Amino acid sequence: MSFEYAPAPESRALVSIKPKYGHFIGGKFVAGGKHFPTINPATEEVLSQIALAGKAEVDAAVKAARKAYTTTWSKLSGKERGKYLYRIARIMQERAREFAVLETLDNGKPIRESRDTDIPLAAAHFFYHAGWADKLEYAGLGTSPKPLGVAGQIIPWNFPLLMLAWKVAPALAAGNTVVLKPAESTPLTALLFAEVCQQAELPAGVVNILTGDGSTGALIVNHPGIDKIAFTGSTEVGKIIARAVASTNKSVTLELGGKAANIVFDDAPIDETVEGIVNGIFFNQGHVCCAGSRLLLQENVAEEVLHKLKNRMEKIRVGDPMDKNTDVGAINSKEQLAKITELAAVGDAEGAERWSPACSLPAKGFWFAPTIFTGVTQAHRIAREEIFGPVLSVLTFRTPQEGIEKANNTPFGLSAGIWSEKGSRTLWASQQLRAGVIWANTFNKFDPTSPFGGYKESGWGREGGRHGLSAYLKGVSHE
Amino acid sequence: MSFYGLVDGSDASLKSYLNNLSGVDQVGAEARAAMLATRSIKTSSKRWAIDTAITMVDLTTLEGADTPGKVKALCTKAVRPDPTDSTVPSVGAVCVYNDMVSVARTHLDLIGGQHVPVAAVSTAFPSGRASMAVKIQDTQDAIDAGAAEIDMVIDRGAFLAGRYIDVFNEIVQIKQVCGDKAHLKVIFETGELVTYDNVRKASFLAMAAGADFIKTSTGKVAPAATAPVVLVMLEAVRDFYEMTSTRIGVKPAGGIRNTKDAIKQLVLVNETVGPDWLNPKLFRIGASALLNDLLMQRMKMDEGYYSSPQYVTMD
Repeated sequence: MSFEYAPAPESRALVSIKPKYGHFIGGKFVAGGKHFPTINPATEEVLSQIALAGKAEVDAAVKAARKAYTTTWSKLSGKERGKYLYRIARIMQERAREFAVLETLDNGKPIRESRDTDIPLAAAHFFYHAGWADKLEYAGLGTSPKPLGVAGQIIPWNFPLLMLAWKVAPALAAGNTVVLKPAESTPLTALLFAEVCQQAELPAGVVNILTGDGSTGALIVNHPGIDKIAFTGSTEVGKIIARAVASTNKSVTLELGGKAANIVFDDAPIDETVEGIVNGIFFNQGHVCCAGSRLLLQENVAEEVLHKLKNRMEKIRVGDPMDKNTDVGAINSKEQLAKITELAAVGDAEGAERWSPACSLPAKGFWFAPTIFTGVTQAHRIAREEIFGPVLSVLTFRTPQEGIEKANNTPFGLSAGIWSEKGSRTLWASQQLRAGVIWANTFNKFDPTSPFGGYKESGWGREGGRHGLSAYLKGVSHE
Repeated sequence: MSFYGLVDGSDASLKSYLNNLSGVDQVGAEARAAMLATRSIKTSSKRWAIDTAITMVDLTTLEGADTPGKVKALCTKAVRPDPTDSTVPSVGAVCVYNDMVSVARTHLDLIGGQHVPVAAVSTAFPSGRASMAVKIQDTQDAIDAGAAEIDMVIDRGAFLAGRYIDVFNEIVQIKQVCGDKAHLKVIFETGELVTYDNVRKASFLAMAAGADFIKTSTGKVAPAATAPVVLVMLEAVRDFYEMTSTRIGVKPAGGIRNTKDAIKQLVLVNETVGPDWLNPKLFRIGASALLNDLLMQRMKMDEGYYSSPQYVTMD
C-alpha cells in the first residue's frame, strides 16, 4: 500500500467574482465598453468579463491621476502617505486568503505559492515602502527629493498582485499617483486591490486601474500626461517602449526577460542544490523572468546531480492548482503553452535530449510537464532564448572560469545562482557574473529591501530597496 | 568484515570515505523540510497514515522510576492500543531499559504479543560514557533477556573530537554482539552533534559500520527529531541504498507527540526515500505520548468528534 495524498482543495467560497468588471478611475468603478473574458487556465472556465480600456478611459484615468497628484497626494506629508500604505498592507494581510484563491484561479499557479509567496511578499512591499514615505530625504537624492508625477505602470501575468505591489508601493511612497494596467490574462487581483484602495479610503485618483490588452498598454506608454513608465514584461515589448519614450521627457524603468545561469560547482551541497535547481526552474511553472533556466554543471559532478535531479523531479506533483499539495500548476495561457511547446520542439530538433518524469496531465486547461534538456550547448536556441516555462536546459563546464564565461555569454543578465560550499569561490564567482541578482546556495528568493533588476537586455533600473525607490523620485540639486 | 566495500576498517579509509561526502546547506535543508511540512493530508490518506504510524511506534518507557508493573502495562497497550477496537494494529516494538527486557518479553508472550519485539537501549544509554567492556556486556545482557532490537548510543565525545574510527569500531563490535539475534539501531543524539554536516557524516559512518537502523535521539536531549535532521538522515539512507543496494531504517525519536507531527514524518519519508520505507521494518517512531493522540485522531475520523482523553487508556 502506498501513501497517496487525498485531494486537499482550498475552498473557493471565499471569493466572489463578479460576472463583469469595469475600470477603477478616480476612486470609482466605471463601466467599460468592450469586454473580453478572463479564464481559469487550469480548467478553461470563464471567470469573468473584463473591460478593454481605449483612449477615452486612458484619458480619464490620467486626468484623475493628475488631479489627485496636484490637489492631494503630492501635498500630503510623507507621514500621512505612509499611514495609507500601512493601511493597505494590513488590509492585504487580512484578505490574504481571498487574494491567494483569486490569484490561483486567474493565474493557474499553485495555491501553496500564492498563499506562501505572492501574497505575503506583496503585503511586505507595502509595509516596507510605508516606512520610506516619511524618510525620503535619506534616499540618497538630496535633502528634499520630489516625486515625478503620474506613473504609468504595466505589469505581467506571472505574479499579478506581487508585480502590482512592486510598482504601486514605491510610487505612492514617493508621492506619485499611478495608472496601472494588469496583464490581459490576470486582471482579477488588481481589481480586488482597487477594492482595497476604497476600503483604505485612499484619496480618489491616487491609484487608477485600467484593464485591457497591448493596445491599452500602448495608449498609456504614449500618453503625454504621463511622467514615468514602469514596465515588467518581455524584452520585445520593452524595446518598443524604450523607442516610444525616447523622444519624450518620460523617465522609464524596464524589467524584462532573462536566461539565468544556475551554476553548480563540484563542491556544492548536492541535495540542497537539487532543491534549488527545482525551485529555480519549476517555481511558478517557470513563468519567472529570473528563473534558473540554464543549469551549468561542473562536468565531474554532472552525472550525480542529473541523477538526483531526475529522482527529485519524479516527486513533483503537477495538477489542480487549488490543491494544497500541488507543486506545479497550469500554464497561464494557450498562447504561452504554444510558445513553450514550440521552443521545446526546437530543442528536440537541435538534438538535445528531452526528459520528463511520468506524470498525468489534466485533460482540460493548459499544461506542460516539468522538462529538462540535456546535452545542450551555447549554440542551442534553448540555451539562448527565454522559454518562460517549466523547461530546463542543462549544460556542462570544466573549470570555474569556463562556467562563468558560459553564464555571461547571453544577451540577458537578470539573475544567476552559485552553488558551492566554498565561500571564497562564491565571492569570486559573484564578482565575475554580470547579472542584477545573484543567489548563493539558494534561488528565487525575494525581499522588498533588495533591489531587483537586470544587466543588458534584461532591463533598465532596479525595483525594491532604496534603488527601486529612487526610480520614483527626482533629486533636487540646487539646494 | 567488508563494510560494503566502502571502507577497509582503517582510520585512513574511514576519513577519506567521510571527507568525500557532500556538505549540507543548513538554510536549504530547513527550507525543504518546512515546505514538506505544508503537505495537507486529509480523509483516506490521513486514515492510512494514522494506522501506518501506529505500527511504527516504538512504545517507550525509559525512566528511573520504571517498575515491572509499569512495563507490563506498556506491553498490554503495545499489543492492543485500543482495547475497544480490534482493528487497531499493534505497535512496532516496546522499548525499555536493559533490566526490563525480560519483564517485557515474558509479559508480551503471556498476552499474545509474540509478534511485538522488545527493543533495549544499550551501551550506557543515554550518555554512552562507559568502557567498551561494559557496553558489550550491556548489549549481551539485553539479548540474553530476549531483546530483538538494540538501540545503542554512539560516543558523541569521540565523534566531536574527530575520533571517528573509535565511534566506528564501537558500532562494529556491538553489531558483532547482536549477530543475527538482534537488529541494531544506532542513536546519534543529533541535539549534541548539532550540525547537519555532522548528522550526515554520522549517518554514513553508522551505516558502513553495520547499523540496521539510524536513530536521531535518546529522548533525553532537546532538540531531538526535528524535521530537517530526519530529512538529512533519510537522504543519507536513500544515497546509501543506491551505493550498496542495502536498505537501512530510520527512527526519529523525541519530540514527536501528536498525529500531525507523525504524519509530517511520513511525508518526509514518502517524498525523500520513497514508499518502500513506509513500513515498520524500515521506519519507526520512538514515542510514548504520540500513541494516544493517534488513537484519538483515529476515533475522531470514525465518529466525527473528538473524545476526551478519558476514552483512551493512560498506559
